[in-house]
Amino acid sequence: MEWEVVIGLETHTQLQTNTKIFSGAAIKYGAEPNTQACEVSLALPGVLPVLNKQAVHCAIKFGLAINAEIAPRSVFARKNYFYPDLPKGYQISQFELPVVGKGAVTIQVPAQGKHAAYEKVINITRAHLEEDAGKSVHGAVEGMSGIDLNRAGTPLLEIVTEPDMRSAAEAVAYAKKLHELVQWIGICDGNMQEGSFRCDVNVSVRPKGTEKLGTRREIKNLNSFKFMQQAIEYETRWQIETLEDGGKIQQATVLFNPDTGETRAMRSKEEANDYRYFPDPDLLPLIITDADKARVSADMPELPEAMKARLEAQYALSSYDASSLTTSRDLADYFVAAVQAGAEPKQTANWVMGSVSAKLNSEDKDINASPISAQQLAQLLKRIADGTISNNAAKQVFEAMWANEGDVDSIIAAKGLKQESDSGAIETIIDEVLAANGAMVEEFKAGKEKAFNALVGQAMKASKGKANPAQVNEILKKKLNA
Amino acid sequence: MTNIDLTNASLKQFGEMLQSKKISSTELTETFLARIKQYNPNINAYIALDESKTLAQAKAADALIASGNIAPLTGIPIAQKDIFCAKGWQTTCGSKMLANFIAPYDAHVISQFDAVGAVNLGKTNMDEFAMGSSNETSYFGAVKNPWSFDRVPGGSSGGSAAAVAARLCAAATGTDTGGSIRQPASLCGLTGLKPTYGVVSRFGMIAFASSLDQAGPMAKNAEDCALMMNVMAGFDERDSTSLNREKENYTRDLNKPLHGLKIGLPKEFFAEGLDADVGKVIETAIAEYKKLGAQIVEVSLPNTGLSIPVYYVLAPAEASSNLSRYDGVRYGHRTAEYTDLMDMYCKSRAEGFGAEVKRRILIGTYVLSAGYYDAYYLKAQQIRRLIAQDFVEAFKQCDVIMGPAAPSTAFKAGEKVDDPVAMYLQDIYTISTNLAGLPGMSVPAGFAQSDDGKSLPVGLQIIGNYFDEARMLNVAHQYQKVTDWHTQAPNLNMPEGTA
Repeated sequence: MEWEVVIGLETHTQLQTNTKIFSGAAIKYGAEPNTQACEVSLALPGVLPVLNKQAVHCAIKFGLAINAEIAPRSVFARKNYFYPDLPKGYQISQFELPVVGKGAVTIQVPAQGKHAAYEKVINITRAHLEEDAGKSVHGAVEGMSGIDLNRAGTPLLEIVTEPDMRSAAEAVAYAKKLHELVQWIGICDGNMQEGSFRCDVNVSVRPKGTEKLGTRREIKNLNSFKFMQQAIEYETRWQIETLEDGGKIQQATVLFNPDTGETRAMRSKEEANDYRYFPDPDLLPLIITDADKARVSADMPELPEAMKARLEAQYALSSYDASSLTTSRDLADYFVAAVQAGAEPKQTANWVMGSVSAKLNSEDKDINASPISAQQLAQLLKRIADGTISNNAAKQVFEAMWANEGDVDSIIAAKGLKQESDSGAIETIIDEVLAANGAMVEEFKAGKEKAFNALVGQAMKASKGKANPAQVNEILKKKLNA
Repeated sequence: MTNIDLTNASLKQFGEMLQSKKISSTELTETFLARIKQYNPNINAYIALDESKTLAQAKAADALIASGNIAPLTGIPIAQKDIFCAKGWQTTCGSKMLANFIAPYDAHVISQFDAVGAVNLGKTNMDEFAMGSSNETSYFGAVKNPWSFDRVPGGSSGGSAAAVAARLCAAATGTDTGGSIRQPASLCGLTGLKPTYGVVSRFGMIAFASSLDQAGPMAKNAEDCALMMNVMAGFDERDSTSLNREKENYTRDLNKPLHGLKIGLPKEFFAEGLDADVGKVIETAIAEYKKLGAQIVEVSLPNTGLSIPVYYVLAPAEASSNLSRYDGVRYGHRTAEYTDLMDMYCKSRAEGFGAEVKRRILIGTYVLSAGYYDAYYLKAQQIRRLIAQDFVEAFKQCDVIMGPAAPSTAFKAGEKVDDPVAMYLQDIYTISTNLAGLPGMSVPAGFAQSDDGKSLPVGLQIIGNYFDEARMLNVAHQYQKVTDWHTQAPNLNMPEGTA
């Protein structure tokens, strides 16, 4: 039987606010335990939550970015359960009425083996605001568990998709797209190591061609795309094998172990909590007016799709180039800065997506960490355009610039890569070449076109590669046809 | 020390004495502390006293007075219900769970009194987590009614009520979730006001049922309550349900005549369940209002009978969640020995909470559970809106609503402890205003004779429309100008054997 995997994601994105979602406590990562925990974070008797408007601003921004319905009235609810790192014994979240309703994002799934790259729309079910819990710290004190409430009350936007993905590749493409988007609009720093962007993945399988969803298992807290890919692939295989062996899938929460590459059940549905959600009486319903949305809209950067369209129109880029350049705002900004510094757009796009991206990837660096600035890249490309260096020479200059060996012109000079564009000097070389290769000249005159290329090659060789090939072509043609 | 009888003066009179320097705040405070020492061991109105803190505040108040920097309550000793966090004070909420808890911050109400230089005389006893109508659920022992030591003072603000009645403070704060200011005010013969929900900030007030809890004053008379309200009320951004309104002067209307006032009498408040003697006292009070020029109209609050069942779904639901933070992890009671986390939770909460609190946590957890939520919690919320609508209709016909504050006078200690439903019925006339968010007050209106021949106070309830506190205080004050029920104090030196 052929199986189909069905995947949905729940992503917790930590919002970039100055303070916690329901109190004025700071949210600096990595501070001494419990130094970012005020009375509200500690859930002392008598304290009350007050909603952080910045967090709401972030949620509206996200809603606008995915073209979603933004609820004019949404409600904070209490999710009740006991856990040592949950100081109130309940988490303030949103349940029946979330702030962001249905929306969608378009993903680009890269080519894989014989499968070509393709686009797909992933539907977003909802996104809601909630507070993060603290952390249990084991081993800090001998034989005891410690509680660090620095993270308690950190604002999160939980983004939930429909079960729209059909492969690990699609799930990862969605997660990457979302990761870029929340950074693009400036609501999340995207730092996965620090837990600012964490994914829970719901996986089920069903016989291909059937409608009914299989029983799902939820892989919790994946904080790298690599692990996500591995976890989904393992989980999918495990579920298919279990079913093919005549077993049944129990609804469960599972954890991925990166060391073994396996997923393992954490708790089953039977042990699951009844969270007893009810509207939090300490907080008023969240009312969002059209004026609020307009205010946020004014603060919204150009979105990836709009920017893609603009790059195509303004710089005559292909859809593919424009799409690749807008996978991240920093990359797109780099491109635009280079063009504004005088580089030719198509050539810039080729270099940014070619040499620059390849270098960054191989060194696992972000475009912001590129040793070659957009302005420096433009300088390099201008030297190709004005004939100072050849394309091949430019590659050498690029490597040297990457290694911080100096600016474009000094590297060209130091390495002697300047092209010969003095037509007098080139004529002298060509005259010598023509004199020394009489046989080839005869062949050309007899109609053998190939001989022309051979003569160009001889001329380039004689100039040690520094002659401007276009000029060599032009002068040679003139002399042969004279 | 002066020879003036300090114990029966009003807040206004205390203020005049302090400002004219007839007496210092320190002297006044010491007088009350001495009285507390003498009578409190028997009445048990206070959970926490801290003479050094209290006297330091009195001294600071004397300095303020000397510098001429005075507000009406500067230097006056006020008792604070032990539900308010006060920095450095033991703050227990009447529970073993918090018996060892020293608050590291001030509730809004506490800082408001501090800001005007009032003196915190001590923390008053209360039903555990404000759950009770007799002050018998306190971990720190029952409070005795100063009018009859074998009877309850009402609850949950029973310590504050007994302290005011026994003149163990100049005035006190209370909180009212279903009647916890008005019922004890009625049973102890004092004036108590539960303001409109959202008028007094709940920040630092330990939560019982967040959508119903509201703090208010408990004092000898309406004018005192107005002066207390001027300190307690006001917007506080730390409470999202605090209403952002302009600051009011609650004494502004005290002396307005009542001519033409329309008083609505809900027929449901004078039906079965009301003690006949209490009913008579209320009728006499209404007759007094007629003499003052008021008109009487009959109104109906048809859903009154549903208020208790609705309340005992909603309040426990919120409480079950509000009390989850008492888990033994960060503060409060933790059991001495446990095998694992679950054992620690279970034992700590089993030991830290009393029977009534556990009962309500169980009810609340049940009504919020999957499969029951719609039938209980959601349905109760719908009826809550109907109850509020009843009042909207009634207030189309009248300016204020009057009736009894409690169905009976103070009952005997122990009488209802084993019958929770009988206990819950104590709040039959007060709960609906909490559900509607309306202001209500209880005003001393006379006495009824008990079977054993005791004279026990009866409270008249005045319910106003939203934000009509100033008018209600006016209505009470005008009555108190022509009656003297509010000036009567119990004789604390009862013969042997009656205590």
